[in-house]
Amino acid sequence: MWIEALIAVTLASAFAVFLAPNKLAGKLAFALSLLPLGGSLWMYSTYEASGNALLEGSELAFETNFEWVTAGPYALNWHVGLDGISMPLVALTTVLTSLALLASWTPIDERQSQFYGLMLFLEASLLGVFSALDFFQWFVFWEMVLVPMYVLIGVWGGPRRKYAAIKMFVYTNIASLVMFIGFIALVFGLGDSVTSLDMPAIAQALRAGELGGLGPLEAGTLKVAAFVAMFAGFAVKVPVVPFHTWLPDAHVEAPTPVSIMLAGVLLKMGTYALLRFNFTMLPEVAQNNAQIIAVFAVVSVIYGAMLALAQSDLKRIVAYSSVSSMGYVILGLVAYTLYGMGGATFQMVAHGLISGLMFMSVGVIYNTTHTRMVQDMSGLASKMPFTVAVFVAGAFGYMGLPLMAGFAAELFIFLGSFGAFAGSVWFTAAAMFGIVVVAGYLLFAMQRTLFGTFEVETDYEVGPAAFHDVAPLVVLILLVILLGVDPNIFYTMIQDAVDPLVPAVGGGA
Amino acid sequence: MAIQLPTWMALGPSIVLGLTALLLLIFDSITPDSTGRGVLAGTATLGSLVAAGLSAWYLFEGTGQAPITLYGDALVVDTMSLFFALVFASVTALVSVASFDYLRDHSYQAEYYALVTLAATGMTLMASANSLAVAFVSLELSSLPSFALVAILKKNRGSVEAGLKYFLIGALSSAILAYGISLVYAVTGSLLLPDIASSVGGTDLTGVLGLGIVMLLGGFAYKTSAVPFHFWAPEAYEGAPAPISAFLSSASKAAGFAVAFRVFVVAFPIQQLVTGAATSVDWVLAAQILAVVTMTLGNFAAATQDTVKRMLAYSSVGHAGYVLIGLAALSGGNNEFVLAGGMSHLLVYGFMNTGAFLFIALTEYWSVGRKFEDFNGLASQAPFACTVMTLFLFNLAGLPVGGGFMSKYFLFGAAVGAGFWWLAAVGAINSALSLYYYSRVVKAMWIEDSSGDFDIESKPAGLYAALAAAAIVTVLLLPGFGPVWQYATDAAAGIVA
Repeated sequence: MWIEALIAVTLASAFAVFLAPNKLAGKLAFALSLLPLGGSLWMYSTYEASGNALLEGSELAFETNFEWVTAGPYALNWHVGLDGISMPLVALTTVLTSLALLASWTPIDERQSQFYGLMLFLEASLLGVFSALDFFQWFVFWEMVLVPMYVLIGVWGGPRRKYAAIKMFVYTNIASLVMFIGFIALVFGLGDSVTSLDMPAIAQALRAGELGGLGPLEAGTLKVAAFVAMFAGFAVKVPVVPFHTWLPDAHVEAPTPVSIMLAGVLLKMGTYALLRFNFTMLPEVAQNNAQIIAVFAVVSVIYGAMLALAQSDLKRIVAYSSVSSMGYVILGLVAYTLYGMGGATFQMVAHGLISGLMFMSVGVIYNTTHTRMVQDMSGLASKMPFTVAVFVAGAFGYMGLPLMAGFAAELFIFLGSFGAFAGSVWFTAAAMFGIVVVAGYLLFAMQRTLFGTFEVETDYEVGPAAFHDVAPLVVLILLVILLGVDPNIFYTMIQDAVDPLVPAVGGGA
Repeated sequence: MAIQLPTWMALGPSIVLGLTALLLLIFDSITPDSTGRGVLAGTATLGSLVAAGLSAWYLFEGTGQAPITLYGDALVVDTMSLFFALVFASVTALVSVASFDYLRDHSYQAEYYALVTLAATGMTLMASANSLAVAFVSLELSSLPSFALVAILKKNRGSVEAGLKYFLIGALSSAILAYGISLVYAVTGSLLLPDIASSVGGTDLTGVLGLGIVMLLGGFAYKTSAVPFHFWAPEAYEGAPAPISAFLSSASKAAGFAVAFRVFVVAFPIQQLVTGAATSVDWVLAAQILAVVTMTLGNFAAATQDTVKRMLAYSSVGHAGYVLIGLAALSGGNNEFVLAGGMSHLLVYGFMNTGAFLFIALTEYWSVGRKFEDFNGLASQAPFACTVMTLFLFNLAGLPVGGGFMSKYFLFGAAVGAGFWWLAAVGAINSALSLYYYSRVVKAMWIEDSSGDFDIESKPAGLYAALAAAAIVTVLLLPGFGPVWQYATDAAAGIVA
């Protein structure tokens, strides 16, 4: 019952913070968020499981499974459990939420209790997404994420917050419906071979080839159609070019802590779902169309990086670079190798930490200078050396410097995808070129903003940031380095869960 | 069960509600000028809570599992009638609590509560009606107090006009219903539903029977505010005091469906009338047309409204369309599940829709205004009320933040299971559309900057309590949907068999 307790504590905290007076809300929320953080770290340290949650022969950690609604053929279960893919993401969620709450103290200056309550509500929904194993229950959490996000961007965001919030809501909600239809079509196609919406049962039935036709669709067509519907639905969340346009708007308008959650955890929902649904349940469709999917991945990498290069707003640069980094994840997934899929999962965590770090440091710079425009500032290093140092460290992480988490992740992905399928050499080479562009725009932006003579076009005095603003940055940079130096902290766990996916489709190592 | 209650006690919920109404009238007779509104609201609430408790207890104890027939088979108490009695009594309790504040300065307090409980009595009898005569009488018993309740704000022109419209269309529909009953009686020679069922198969008077059935359908369409008898609904819901709008759009509608489900399924068996060879009166087809038109028209009309209350009123028409799937997807061989889908949606709807209208009651209490713009920035002043309203609206739209998603999922899923995937598709598209107008309210409350200078100084305890109760139940129906679905399928199986 540990997962239930984790979600329940977070929800109860959200409620308590919502009712707390504005002045106390921030500190109370941070203090309460230490409970799920401690809980998830404890779970992590006692984690004992093997195999992939959706496949046979696995043993899940902290699993509970009981019948929820029974009468008739529409049985729903309450089924939660963690494997090596979801455990790191659960830990990532709790770590980032606590740090994001700390980073909210400075920028959030109105209706605090509502803000912090919604942040904790968001955390609870995210924990649910990563631990639920019944499709219905999973979908409940998946949609629940949207509600706090909509309000968080819409109320506390920048000048165009209403537009950004609604765009985000409409895009991702339509995507969810498309995905829902695709998945439900699969379930109906399975007919009597599944009696519930239990994801492991459905995944195993699908892999065993028990899919029948549905109406005029034959099994083969149904598979491809459902794959496309689910891929389109998740691709919006990831986001994959050309479904990415909601993301920069949402990011730029969202307040810093919300951007951290958005880039750090919400985007991972998309790739996590792709891994769980598309790549686990319909592996042969993914493999047969590996080149097409790889095109999406590579275009996301290159085009996202190019877009980032063209931006003059620091936050926008970081936002577009997420598109690029998530492209690597797709490339790793479609490789269907131990390194590729493991690297992709590793990249989800690594990118969560690094993008959180980047958004947070951009937020700190914005809090002191009140501008994010590259052309409005230069030579920040002389006034706020510590923040700038962290920013540089985060940028190095993004570029994939060795001994940082990003390097390990990208190395695994490239190792895994190189030669994994026909033409993959070229796709991998093209994606690798993305690194050059990433380094280019980050170095270019840093050179113009951080170094040189000090000059900022703003009326605000520029000085060192407050302790509670910088502390989360330090925690993140330490985690990024720790994962880069010793990837095995996560990687063995991830590999164990990814391994069963690989031989089933005859991929290499 | 250790104690064997007398058989008539099976009607406990109706009896308690009826006695409460009489008690309220006695209070009023003894002290006509009394302003003890606490006593009146308290009595009505207590009475409806006892009725709700009784129905829940009977359900748990399995009282209705073997149907109990009373008074020469005119009334029947089974799982379905108890299930609906629970819905009516809960809504009545919520409305009574909320009315305590809403009626602060209004006259006719005792009459108000007495009429509400009388209407609720009529509704519970509708759910138990086993004869067309009882169906008619109980429908009138719930309608007549409703007319008066809609018009109870005598100094408000909107209220009086709404009451008049409601009354005229109600009278017309009653006439149609009575005529339909007489035609069915002419064909079958009986008013008892099971007797009708046994004689419809052999009749030669198919045309007369068909006309009778269509007229019955019309009468029930009026009560459930389904197209084309829906015109009164937006007017009445908008003009009526908001707690009464809540009462009518949740409980009264559910009552209409309760009696329609029973009459159509029991008296006009699908095997004989729709798919059978002997007589063919395809009322399922009529229900399908009605369902599609009702949900589409209701949702499109809701999307174009300027005032929140009217939007909710039209969306309530749309929800009637969803529930009609329960009748429209019969004949697909999945009967007990589609019916159960309709019933469980009505139960969830009873809480989420009542909650939404009670929030409107709260804004009327604060004199916030009626238009969407008037709600701008309300969340910064009343975060709790706006949070629960957001919850109700997202539930109505079918986002998974409460039972609303569950019941829609089961309803549409059952329709797909019965082979009517196109009905489910129309429902799902309408649901997606409804998110647009529901989120307009959410956007106004949370995201828009405040334009009005309303100052909310008082937080009426009764309205807040009712809102909180409705919200808690709505949310708990997500994890606790199991028993609802269980009882709904039991209830449906009871009348399908």
